[in-house]
Amino acid sequence: MPDTEVMKFTQMMGFGLLETLYMTLASTAMAYALGLPLGVVLAVTRLDGIAPCRWVSQTLNVIINLLRSVPFLILLIAVQPITRAITGTTLGSSATVVPLIIASAPFIARLVESSLNEVDKGVIEAAAAMGSSPMRIIFRVMIPESKPGLLTGAAIAVTTILSYSAMAGIVGGGGLGAIAINYGLYRYREDIMMVTVVLLVIVVQVLQEVGMRIAKKSDKR
Amino acid sequence: MTASIIEIRGLTKHFPGKNGDVLALDGIDLSIGEGEIFGIIGMSGAGKSTLVRCMNLLEKPSSGKVLFDGKDLASLSKKELYEARRSIGMIFQQFNLLKQRTAIENICFPLEIARMEKAAARRRALELLEVVELGDKANAYPAELSGGQQQRVAIARALANRPKVLLCDEATSALDPATTRSILRLLKDINGKFGITIVIITHEMRVVEEICGKVAILDESRVVESGIVKEIFARPKSSAAKRLFFSAGAAGIGRRSIRIVFDGQSSFEPIVANMVLRFKAPVNIMHADTRDINGLAYGQMLVQLPGDDAAANAMIEHLISRGLSVEEVNGNA
Ligand SMILES: Nc1ncnc2c1ncn2[C@@H]1O[C@H](COP(=O)(O)OP(=O)(O)O)[C@@H](O)[C@H]1O
Ligand SMILES: [Mg+2]
Repeated sequence: MPDTEVMKFTQMMGFGLLETLYMTLASTAMAYALGLPLGVVLAVTRLDGIAPCRWVSQTLNVIINLLRSVPFLILLIAVQPITRAITGTTLGSSATVVPLIIASAPFIARLVESSLNEVDKGVIEAAAAMGSSPMRIIFRVMIPESKPGLLTGAAIAVTTILSYSAMAGIVGGGGLGAIAINYGLYRYREDIMMVTVVLLVIVVQVLQEVGMRIAKKSDKR
Repeated sequence: MTASIIEIRGLTKHFPGKNGDVLALDGIDLSIGEGEIFGIIGMSGAGKSTLVRCMNLLEKPSSGKVLFDGKDLASLSKKELYEARRSIGMIFQQFNLLKQRTAIENICFPLEIARMEKAAARRRALELLEVVELGDKANAYPAELSGGQQQRVAIARALANRPKVLLCDEATSALDPATTRSILRLLKDINGKFGITIVIITHEMRVVEEICGKVAILDESRVVESGIVKEIFARPKSSAAKRLFFSAGAAGIGRRSIRIVFDGQSSFEPIVANMVLRFKAPVNIMHADTRDINGLAYGQMLVQLPGDDAAANAMIEHLISRGLSVEEVNGNA
């Protein structure tokens, strides 16, 4: 490869990596903005929650199960009208953020629900006995007590979203996924394909490791 | 007579179940006086936890009334109820400390709930750590503390808002005997020092014996007997009381128990000690209330006999031959 080509290649990879990180982190942040409160509502309203409410719990469960049972690739295409309505296009990394949020918010809600659900019922009862309102139990007991679980969940969520973002390359999303598909699949450039795979693996490992370490460090149990 | 701080009238609680309702509490009447250490004892499943949870309305009574300091808790608004709960401390078998908070932060928790200013809350928490003799453990997390230390933190936390009552649901059941004793001593101190009424839920007679002035015996959802501990010990009427008092004890001790009555017919001598030496079998003195009046013995004693039946029978005969009145109390009745 001549020097200019190496430079172009490096530039393209660097840009792809940044795009991937941008899609992943932006989607994770926004999916949490939706999924976290949803997960809290799920944990609180379930039969053994602190404020059981059958219809809220069942309605949310149905919606979440429906969304979670659609394979991401299909969801990606199915929500294109929504994506276009919000971002004006279905191409590029910003447009990919929309299906990523729709796919991962329900997943995050479940992760949050199960973390909150693991908080010792006795501790919640003790807080109630001390005169805590349900709101205070949520914000001062359930969420802080499940912090390590929530952080572990976030590490899982971020890596799942990253792999979804790579899949979006098939329908014109950006980032490393798009490079792998455009060069590796359509132009038989296996060398480029390999580099993107290695980069993706490294990014996943780093995110996972950092997330798990923070979770572990925060756990005082 | 002290005024009652907790007054329970006709309290009934049932839980809906798959095979019909479970009646957990059935027509409970109870009056707990201010400043008392009141025991509620019963076998597992008797309804003790449900009863104590009704006292701060963690459990809603199906019918009947719970009056706390003269107020009917069920008539309060939610906000008033949260307020009222701050004057009822509670501790548990599993301590239930916040695991992601240090000891001092745990004690600050109820103060945050009561919206106390931060610096003042810390000062109060430090003061309470001293009360429970854990001044050096302020920054330890629950995982770094022993069971007894965790329960001390829980006690400090329960006292933070200066409650009038402290409810203890099997607070020593997860602790070894020595730690149990130290926690009971602490509770007694707290009762003496701050005049806080203490309600002790337990399935262990020795806990009641050690610190309670009064006791109610709960059996199959009902209060079958209640009154002054000493009196119930001396003359248990219900079969539940007898069962609780005479459950099998230490090695070599059986399930048979006798009551020995000293009515001034025999001289005062170490009769039990002599009997143990003579038959070379252990007995367990459950309760003794005897007096030496002019060299004669008055009063009574409850003794658990050896597991070896022959030795037990020989002992009974021996006592009768000494002119004592002996009555077998069937622990399994
Ligand atoms: N939330 C509940 N739902 C259904 N049944 C319950 C519930 N809580 C307690 N019970 C039943 O009520 C009875 C008394 O329980 P509990 O008060 O915990 O007894 P104890 O504390 O004396 O062991 C038991 O039969 C128990 O199964
Ligand atoms: Mg219980």
